[in-house]
Amino acid sequence: MSEKIPVTVLTGYLGAGKTTLLNRILTEDHGKKFAVIVNEFGEAGIDGDLIVGADEEIFEMNNGCICCTVRGDLIRILDGLMKRKGKFDAIIVETTGLADPAPVAQTFFVDQDVGDATRLDAVVTVTDAKWLKDRLRDAPEAKNQIAFADVIVLNKTDLVTAEELADVEAAIRAINPYAKLHKAERANVDIAALLDRNAFDLDRILDIEPDFLEAGHHHHHAEDVRSISLTIPGEVDPEKFMPWINDLTQIQGPNILRSKGILAFKNEPRRFVFQGVHMILDGDLQRDWKDGETRESRLVFIGRDLNENELRKGFEACAA
Amino acid sequence: MTTMTPPVSLREHVTSITAETHVVAVHWLKQGLVLALADGRVLRWRDGALVDSVEAHAGGILCATGDGERLITGGDDGRVVATGFDGEPAEIAKDPKRRWIDAITLSASGNLAWNTGKTVHARDEKGRVRTLDAASTPQGLVFAPKGYRLAIAQMNGVSLWYPNTEAKPEFLDWKGSHLDVAWSPDGRFVVSSMQENALHGWKLGDKPGHMRMTGYPAKPRSLSWSHDGLWLASSGADGAIVWPFQGDGPQGKAPRECGVRHARVTRVAFHPGALVLAIGYDDGCILMVRLTDGSELLVRPALRGSGISAFAWDKAGKRLAFGAEDGAAGVLVLPS
Repeated sequence: MSEKIPVTVLTGYLGAGKTTLLNRILTEDHGKKFAVIVNEFGEAGIDGDLIVGADEEIFEMNNGCICCTVRGDLIRILDGLMKRKGKFDAIIVETTGLADPAPVAQTFFVDQDVGDATRLDAVVTVTDAKWLKDRLRDAPEAKNQIAFADVIVLNKTDLVTAEELADVEAAIRAINPYAKLHKAERANVDIAALLDRNAFDLDRILDIEPDFLEAGHHHHHAEDVRSISLTIPGEVDPEKFMPWINDLTQIQGPNILRSKGILAFKNEPRRFVFQGVHMILDGDLQRDWKDGETRESRLVFIGRDLNENELRKGFEACAA
Repeated sequence: MTTMTPPVSLREHVTSITAETHVVAVHWLKQGLVLALADGRVLRWRDGALVDSVEAHAGGILCATGDGERLITGGDDGRVVATGFDGEPAEIAKDPKRRWIDAITLSASGNLAWNTGKTVHARDEKGRVRTLDAASTPQGLVFAPKGYRLAIAQMNGVSLWYPNTEAKPEFLDWKGSHLDVAWSPDGRFVVSSMQENALHGWKLGDKPGHMRMTGYPAKPRSLSWSHDGLWLASSGADGAIVWPFQGDGPQGKAPRECGVRHARVTRVAFHPGALVLAIGYDDGCILMVRLTDGSELLVRPALRGSGISAFAWDKAGKRLAFGAEDGAAGVLVLPS
């Protein structure tokens, strides 16, 4: 076997419509077969062949990295599923409404057997247009799930006015302007928009432009979870940048949920691309900079209580 | 340390078996060989030919154990099933919630144990079942060589449980996730494989002690004791790593490395009566290595996509059965 099995992580706060969406993915006629790892087995009302109940057993790796938590049950289940390769084309992992997506995502980077057999495709977060704003106030989990997402399904848009919808969208964008956002009623989103995103594939990181440019920052200055985008209009010195980003993620890793960067290194014809989950960084030299493409260096952090000035100064000190 | 001359070959003594799908386990019954497959079937094979195939599980088989009379399997249909060489598979237990059973073990005297969720079930030879709720999911299970005592690998250590008593299990603690567990034939050592690509050992008894066996590039998921109980072979590196368990155990001693190749060892199995080790690799190769002088015999050449997933010696040590992840399998009959 050479092709890694894609895994989509489906998160969302209680009642947002995860189960409805999951059932749609499973019943729609798309010719794909899924193995689904669900929580609270037996209660969710999911129909299908390869449905596995999971315990969400999180443990800390013994590697000195304090936020390096992984899902032990997931490692075990994926090991079992890999014996039945050919029975399914993709895997969906549904998390509980209160789950932090990080341990699930980290499992794919930390466990070698899991990483050899599967690839994390994207984190898809289902949100509820009517109640999300309340949840952002009282549930840190809901905020984490938005911050972590590669794809956000803004569900139940039929239950709110156009004004309320714009407001909730702005609230999402204040936290995470980079995720692809799809509005839906009764989770009626195009399945193709959720699968095969390659969100963690370094070769597919083409740009880190926000999906939504008019992010309503002015409304939401008080938000503790937000994104910070930094640009150096030129090259950086890898001798300075690599130790800086390593130290930064080691020290501030617990607060940095996701990070991404495209950098121009001095005397290097190729783009350096990286992405990270908390302390875990995955980076590599990618394709050549094209003629006419501006050799600039950009970073994006999504996290909690990040100090923008400090980050900016640290990054600017890496300029070549 | 690779041999310069190609190893002597036993290839012509291998009879191949087509199992068609991932072989989870191979097991010798008195009448012949049985193969537990990932699609839920059990194949029965005797005297060079397949006899038949039966569906033991509606889904897939995840784990297997057995004795001379029956193969006992746990599946993703939440059932424990016994399959003999004749007749239909018989259900021993069924989880009402259909949770996976992915750890199972049988003692020499016929005690059986398996997991569902966070619960361990122990069934004595008379069929009485006792359960224990563990703090975290029980992974590897193995009975003590003597007595009704079960080792349970789990998060942050290994529990030792007497299922017939109300006593709280003894907990051997060591931080991390413990996967498989093995108990030395003399009962003095318990060894677990860990998420962090290491083995961890405990010396039991009056002067207990820890043993850390590290340096593996991958998780050592296959463990096998030599017949004399003095050596423990393990997978997870580019050769079989064999730890000495004479005296106080391997702490401070270097392991032997056997059959080092440019591939990863996935399964190891010691011969039941000699210091000879069968080594299976992720590239499909099988070597047989004599521990005393490191001499190697080729059993199966490398075959892409056909990593070795199962081994079993017969009781007399005359035949070695193997299975692979692509559904290939075979039996080596040692030339006399």
